Amino acid sequence: MQTVLSVGVDALAYGMVLFVISIGLSVTMGLMRVVNLAHGAFAMIGGYIASYAARDLGLGYGLAILIAVAGTILIAIPIERFLYRRIYGAPELTQVLMTIGITFCVIGIANYVFGPTLKTIPLPETLRGPVDLGFRSIAAHKLFAIACGVVVAGALWYLIERTSFGVKLRASVDNAAMAASLGVRTKIVYAVSFAVAVGLAAFGGIVGAELLPIEPYYALRYMVTFLVVVSVGGAGSIPGALLACLVLGAIDTTGRYLVPEYGEFFFYLAVIAIVCVFPRGLLGRNK
Amino acid sequence: MKKLLLAATAALALCGSAYADTIKVGVVGPFSGPFAIQGKNFKAGIDAWMALNGSKVGDDDIEIVYRDVPQADPAQSKALAQELVVKEGVQYLAGFYFTPDAMAVTPLLEQANVPLVVMNAATSAIVTKSPLVVRTSFTTWQTSVPMAKVAKERGVKKVITVVSDYGPGVDSENAFVTTFKAEGGEIAESVRMPLSTNDFSPIMQRVKDSGADAVFAFLPSGPTTLGFVKAYNDNGLKNAGITLLAPGDLTQESDLPALGASAEGMLTTFHYAISHDSAENKKFVEAAHKAIGNPAELSFPSVGAYDGMHVIYKMIEATGGKQDAQKAVDAVKGMAWESPRGPVSIDAESRHMTQNIYLREVTKAEDGTYYNKEIATFEKQPDPGLAAVK
Repeated sequence: MQTVLSVGVDALAYGMVLFVISIGLSVTMGLMRVVNLAHGAFAMIGGYIASYAARDLGLGYGLAILIAVAGTILIAIPIERFLYRRIYGAPELTQVLMTIGITFCVIGIANYVFGPTLKTIPLPETLRGPVDLGFRSIAAHKLFAIACGVVVAGALWYLIERTSFGVKLRASVDNAAMAASLGVRTKIVYAVSFAVAVGLAAFGGIVGAELLPIEPYYALRYMVTFLVVVSVGGAGSIPGALLACLVLGAIDTTGRYLVPEYGEFFFYLAVIAIVCVFPRGLLGRNK
Repeated sequence: MKKLLLAATAALALCGSAYADTIKVGVVGPFSGPFAIQGKNFKAGIDAWMALNGSKVGDDDIEIVYRDVPQADPAQSKALAQELVVKEGVQYLAGFYFTPDAMAVTPLLEQANVPLVVMNAATSAIVTKSPLVVRTSFTTWQTSVPMAKVAKERGVKKVITVVSDYGPGVDSENAFVTTFKAEGGEIAESVRMPLSTNDFSPIMQRVKDSGADAVFAFLPSGPTTLGFVKAYNDNGLKNAGITLLAPGDLTQESDLPALGASAEGMLTTFHYAISHDSAENKKFVEAAHKAIGNPAELSFPSVGAYDGMHVIYKMIEATGGKQDAQKAVDAVKGMAWESPRGPVSIDAESRHMTQNIYLREVTKAEDGTYYNKEIATFEKQPDPGLAAVK
């Protein structure tokens, strides 16, 4: 029983880390209809900036997160203005080629500037070390990641479903020309949503850095996992992504505990099964 | 007509001898991509050797030709080796970080009349694939077996092994399990986990449930080791007194700044630590630091490359710069010298290195950085893996 609870907690923590990192991609893919393979690259940029701020400049963890998220968005603005704006509404192949190109450029630059070694983001004292839950101990930063996941999910859902900005965003996505003729400044709406997505990527990169350490190939190494989460959850759906992360996290963690020899067999088996039954993802919107 | 023919022959002969004045060594390794740091270490070791010993053997200039295989890719490795032999005319092949890459090249050697000096790839069987292979690195068996002895000496009774599910991981598991059982120890369980594991918490739960007093682990150097060691701490295994034992791949020097305090006190067995205290090593580290640029990136493949160059220089000397692979290999059989890692020799039969294996503990230095401190030595270890695969 204790083991079951214990594995359950691990599953929840892993699922939430996946959620925080992948949700930005769900926004770009589902709401902006851009297949953004550079998502991992933005998460990595966030991680690098946070690592530089916290480790080399000695700033606090919270401040480092703020600087990293803001810095990543700043870097992303010119990229959005000059590169992404050309591929909104373009065929998917064009988007894939463009964003994978950006990813390789970012990998090269990161390798050149920061070197190929692993970078860590030092945690504050309160997040370090294990916390006793009664039946087991769990790393404090995992509890932090779970909390971050809950907050991000709630805030995003509210932003998209309940604010006027959310209405404009959904309108621009469904019919840009009509939205524009009704006075919605679609370019600004797109730019802001892109910034939000990139900021979430950076945030996820930092919060998840304990499980997925920052190094130049981060940008590609975990991209498949992010894409799987988005396609299983249904692109653009916040509750869908959350559900997908929890289900996949549970299957992956339990599989690894019971039969690690099978590797990711159960993870991908579940993905195949879910995509067969729900081709648009668990809670994906119909076009 | 006769004169013309003579002139032509003379010209050809001249070309031939002029060509032989530069001896090319082809080095294949991961110089870009996720493993670029290991290729960088090959290059640092080679540069360090040439900085200290010159780029000439006798009258012959030595030229290194690098070829990049970013990830384990036997087909590409073989194609590049072929290109090096045919187009570049290299007399020696060297490098090779991954076992499959080295294995793919061994069938070429005899016909090409080229010896292969393996500078890293650590699976025992490579040297059996061709009599022209010499290895200057280590094998996973060689570095894992002493750990089983350490475990026994330290009073560990029951061990769970946890390894990444690929060649070297399986080698490491076999080496440890065989030796530890022979020493009278008990293996609680042997877990093989996929290479792509990110979250090690379920594995740690498995370790806890097994009731073992120690866990023996093998993962390839790089990002996953960080997650593994952190999970070991975070899941309370360290506090529960379950000792973590591993070969030195887990605490390679370039990963240590990231591992930091979480690895402190960890025991590993390996053939080389940058902190090794000897005049020979001081000289090497100084030159290698200069060659690699950023001292924090220096790691164990550099010493394999450095000693590999030593062996190649000896081969060139013995053959007088002429291409004769068998003679070159014969010349280094039994060769013994003082390497930066300590006294080493090339075993005449296996053509693999016999060397000291050190037990090291991750220790905090006075300046706050962490290093592998050598605390015990297993002298003159041959490769026990060869006996096991035969």
